[in-house]
Amino acid sequence: MRRVLVVEDSGSTRSFVRAVLESADRTDGVGPCEVVEASCGFEAMRLLPRGPYDFIITDINMGDINGLELIRFIRKSEHHRSTPLVIMSTLSGARDVERGLALGANAYICKPFTPDELCAACGRVLSQGAR
Amino acid sequence: MLEVPGGRGDPSFDKARDEFFSEAQELVDGLGRDLVALDQALKRGHSDPEIINDVFRGVHTLKGLAGLFGASRMSVVSHELEDVLDDLRLGRVELSSHVLDALFQAVEIYNRILAAEKGDGPDPTADAEALLVALGQVSEHRGGTGVGLIAQYDLDPGLLGVLTEYEEHRLRTNIQAGLALFRIRVRFSLATIDSALDDLKEKTKPHGEIITYLPTGSGTDIETIELEILMASRALLHVLRAAIAGPQVDIEEVRRRTAHSLAVQSSLPAAPMAAAPAPRSPVIRLDPTTDAATLGGSGPPPILGSTGLPALRAESTSARGSGPAPSATPAPPPGALTGPVGVPSRELSLRSVSQTVRVDIRKLDNLMTIVGELAIVRTAIAGLSDRVRIRPELRQLGIELQRLHRSFDRHLSQLQNGILEVRMVPLGQVFDKLARVVRQISREHDKLVKLSITGAETEIDKLIVEELSDPLMHMIRNAIDHGIEPPSEREHVGKDEVGNIVLNAFQKGNHVLIEVEDDGRGMNPEAIVASAVRKGMVSADEAKDLTAQDIFALVYMPGFTTKEVATDLSGRGVGLDVVKTNIAKLGGVVDIVSGVGIGTKMTITLPITLAIISVLLVEIAGRLFAMPLASVGEAMGFDDRQVRTLEGREVMTVRGKSLPVCRLARLFGLAATEPASTRSFVVIALMGNRSLGFVVDRLLGQQDIVVKALGRSIKSVRGFAGATELGDQRVALVLDVAALIDEVLAGGESRFMAAALA
Repeated sequence: MRRVLVVEDSGSTRSFVRAVLESADRTDGVGPCEVVEASCGFEAMRLLPRGPYDFIITDINMGDINGLELIRFIRKSEHHRSTPLVIMSTLSGARDVERGLALGANAYICKPFTPDELCAACGRVLSQGAR
Repeated sequence: MLEVPGGRGDPSFDKARDEFFSEAQELVDGLGRDLVALDQALKRGHSDPEIINDVFRGVHTLKGLAGLFGASRMSVVSHELEDVLDDLRLGRVELSSHVLDALFQAVEIYNRILAAEKGDGPDPTADAEALLVALGQVSEHRGGTGVGLIAQYDLDPGLLGVLTEYEEHRLRTNIQAGLALFRIRVRFSLATIDSALDDLKEKTKPHGEIITYLPTGSGTDIETIELEILMASRALLHVLRAAIAGPQVDIEEVRRRTAHSLAVQSSLPAAPMAAAPAPRSPVIRLDPTTDAATLGGSGPPPILGSTGLPALRAESTSARGSGPAPSATPAPPPGALTGPVGVPSRELSLRSVSQTVRVDIRKLDNLMTIVGELAIVRTAIAGLSDRVRIRPELRQLGIELQRLHRSFDRHLSQLQNGILEVRMVPLGQVFDKLARVVRQISREHDKLVKLSITGAETEIDKLIVEELSDPLMHMIRNAIDHGIEPPSEREHVGKDEVGNIVLNAFQKGNHVLIEVEDDGRGMNPEAIVASAVRKGMVSADEAKDLTAQDIFALVYMPGFTTKEVATDLSGRGVGLDVVKTNIAKLGGVVDIVSGVGIGTKMTITLPITLAIISVLLVEIAGRLFAMPLASVGEAMGFDDRQVRTLEGREVMTVRGKSLPVCRLARLFGLAATEPASTRSFVVIALMGNRSLGFVVDRLLGQQDIVVKALGRSIKSVRGFAGATELGDQRVALVLDVAALIDEVLAGGESRFMAAALA
């Protein structure tokens, strides 16, 4: 079973992602996951040392540190330098997303997404491995 | 209805969808609060970029949620709104009261959409479309924005690379406004960073604006994190240094590349800790390992691992030097959870940031029902224990049983109080909405109104709060519509042209009182009576005997509502009977005090909770009744000789004041089962500022009960709040004291359906 850290400040979005990933199908290349939730960037930073995580999904627009800062932090850290990382964000942050990818995120999915889109994106980064 | 795409019927998706509704509602409520704050700031000529950004983030989140959960109308509205807000926060559109109107309208539309999605509201599509048009007009007024200023500063490209568009805009705006930039480096304990950072923000707020903060990644260990904070400020370096507690917090001004002559005071990295054993704040600490290169912002900070562990050791050592509790534990291996760095953070760091849980109120109701059942068991055990104790051979057993019963009793009431506490929410939740209503209605009527709120923190049962918003909205609407005069009229009578509405809440014993007070025209008792007589609500004769209290109560009668009343009365009317009915459903009453030309004060008296109540059990003609203790003032022996008849109504004198008396047996049409000579009692009930003595045969003691609703067939009978099961298989009807007082004092005893009890 894969372990994923989901960083997102909206509780219902976290629940949605959890529901999708816990019941994910192996045909997506994901399979049922153990979902660890972080409700903000700082909480994510607290949870990161308690890894390892097979992959990380993060929002960009959050209350404390933004997702870009978190991605930069993750990519600098020894243990998560190469952990596959997916950004989930709304289209309005397109420029921010570009930056996220430049900072080392592996994929980006646009909110709103369907369960299938989420699984497909996760499956893609997992099969690619990190850059 | 909403459907999660591809996730139908799955319980975990259902849970997510339920969460969606409450989260969306919370976000919308938050938007309303922020808009009111923006409105107030705008009136004082300020604009608060932080709040605008909060509003943007709220709408942004709503948009994401709406899309995820298939709420398409909400999605469309959010999308347009987000564009407008993005323009606002990025300075492309000025915030004006015109724009605010559209935003307030949006909050209303959100509420309607949410209601419609849940299936209890009309289709809001037309409203939403009107809003979209309004929003479109706002966006047409876009202006330009400054460019190219940031490049002049000696900022780390790594930092610039993670600025969001908004942060970049704030940075630009501040540079344009002539503020200087400062770089602050602070080390926080990860466990307490949220509160410590809030603290720091609070301290810096008077001096400028924090543009961004980001983890430097240098010297990072498991327990601490170093943040680089970029701040714009008008203050001088030393002022800022003094403001942010701790002489060792590292602040430096960011150099301007073009201005070589500018004397920049660049702070040196702090001395090694061993040489600087000064006492330090346990939370905000400077990273002692920071080197000059990273301070200059030219190179990337060192990566965790190369310096992380030594840094940790150095910190631990210094913490031992200054901290009160030296730790004997050796430095932990990386990845372990032990080894706090001068802060007892192990326990804290395991906790999540959000320490609240959202719970469906029905679950709490369910728990409360169980507590109610347990209370019944408790009473049964008490009875059993009494029976056992009178048997000499079982005496010891009886004593033990009684002890257990007491302990059970104590824990049960703790459990009950605990659940009640969880159900309590501050009234502020409703008051926030009212602030929006005041703004909207006063604009509609061209009146100037200032709303002052006190006691928003007063707590009351969640269910009551939800039912309160309509009645309060009505009362406020009435106060503005009919109470507060137009500005010209106010000036004419020597009042300030801005009318005042005061919303005041406080707790008084087991009740919460909410006062809605205006300084408007007040109500004219003569006009009220004249109108009531004309409508045949009271006869001309009856009208003569009405007290001021009775007269104001007339405005709450159904039918006392129409426009003609409003015009010839200079007074209230719109649906106040609805207010009274809604409040009565919650077990509360409304009282009015009014003075012509001075204003009107309406006071709502409500029980704190509906879930469980303490009652006085009484017996009337061999039957059991329960009277909520919250409305019982006192009980005393009753003697027929004390009673005299005054204007056809029975009254007795209690401590020099006359008290109307109601014989419940007679009211309910119950035949007396005991001879009249038996001693009986009078229970004095108080509701708002009215009181009434209920004559009962016997007082049986007090008990906590869970009220169960009456069946459909007798639900319409007034005077009963419900029924309850007592521990011994007996059932008692719970009296609706407020309704009884109303009926009896209004002389409507005959209207009671005595037959319903037969």
